[in-house]
Amino acid sequence: MCLAVPAEVVELMDDDLAVIEIGGVRKEISLMLVDGAEVGDFVLVHAGFAIEKVDPEEARKTLELLEEYARLDDQ
Amino acid sequence: MRYVDEYRDPGVLRGQLEEIGKFGFHASFMEVCGTHTMAISRAGLRPLLEGRVDLVSGPGCPVCVTSEADIGKAIALAGLEGVTLATFGDMMRVPGPGGTLSEAASRGAAVKVVYSPLEALRLAREDSDRKVVFLGVGFETTAPAVAASLLTARRDGVSNYFVLSLHKLVPPALRALLDMEDFAIDGFLLPGHVSAVLGARAYSFLAEEYGVPGVVAGFEAADILRALCLLMEMKEGKKASVAIEYTRAVREEGNPKARAVMEEVFAPVDAEWRGLGTIPASGLALREEFRLHDAGAWEVEAPAPAGDRGCRCGDVLCGKIKPMDCPLFARACTPESPVGPCMVSTEGTCASYYLYDFREGEG
Repeated sequence: MCLAVPAEVVELMDDDLAVIEIGGVRKEISLMLVDGAEVGDFVLVHAGFAIEKVDPEEARKTLELLEEYARLDDQ
Repeated sequence: MRYVDEYRDPGVLRGQLEEIGKFGFHASFMEVCGTHTMAISRAGLRPLLEGRVDLVSGPGCPVCVTSEADIGKAIALAGLEGVTLATFGDMMRVPGPGGTLSEAASRGAAVKVVYSPLEALRLAREDSDRKVVFLGVGFETTAPAVAASLLTARRDGVSNYFVLSLHKLVPPALRALLDMEDFAIDGFLLPGHVSAVLGARAYSFLAEEYGVPGVVAGFEAADILRALCLLMEMKEGKKASVAIEYTRAVREEGNPKARAVMEEVFAPVDAEWRGLGTIPASGLALREEFRLHDAGAWEVEAPAPAGDRGCRCGDVLCGKIKPMDCPLFARACTPESPVGPCMVSTEGTCASYYLYDFREGEG
């Protein structure tokens, strides 16, 4: 029920609305709950609203941390 | 899909399971998010962690914790002349007094399944002769979206749009669990998207007042296992704190804008949870300024709750028993013919275990 998926903002529209793309599918959502989302940003979409922006720098850091575990597996 | 696929390296998962295996003790942690419950079951993590970590499912599914009386009220509203009830699909088959919303629809009630409260608002704009009631079920992830729909309705003067707010808040439920006698877990796997709104600091009381650690986790198996590693480290070092694993989506302070919208529209009220009883300030009601949109204020006659059907959803939701310990599980109660809400919702604990953890001949 609290499912939210990362989607790319592809177009900003009037009234805090935006078009996002998830896996090739485009959809209109509301940006009313987040500050400063731009085209190219990824947002978490839940029930027709972006509830938060995805932080690309943090996403990269988490991946790096996870890759450490893969190295443990290789040893 | 970006920010999803790259987190799915099997080598990472093998390394993580090895790491968890290295701790020389057993621990039990509770997940309090139905999306985690489903992700854990789908990835097959429970059997992989056997003997090391017991993952206990808590009250993480908003549909499941909705009380029978509230479901009865929703069904009664749907039966009113001139009313369209708009709801998330998960609520349709939840049994309450007087049947389910789905059955009410087959008897002629106007019930519409929507993906977003904005769709419900659109229904109201399109047919001003009907009263459209959105059934507001969900935690802090969902409540800001419903609040935003109400702000929009008020701004645009859509006077035939209403909300029945059955929203629930996660932190008071954690407190209620911890205050229960015989509740013993080593830490919480904290919900990712509730926390995107609330921020990790909303849970600082776990460590400060109860000495219990918590880690906010993402929804990929690698996120969940990394959060478990962090919880194991905290248990080993006897240092309880609240940490964020899901840093790409969750900040310490959460999303203040979403919270401001939620707080503008809703105020905390005492609420009844299935299994947990009434918890102080754990629900959200529309503020006085939004009274004209509040379907909760309508007088409706709902049938009395049916009482004991042998369903042990309440005990499952508190982590007191596993779904397989309920005498109805996989016998009288299956996803095709559910007795309790935990088997109805796609993210219900019983439905998750039935689909992924249960093998015929068990239970």
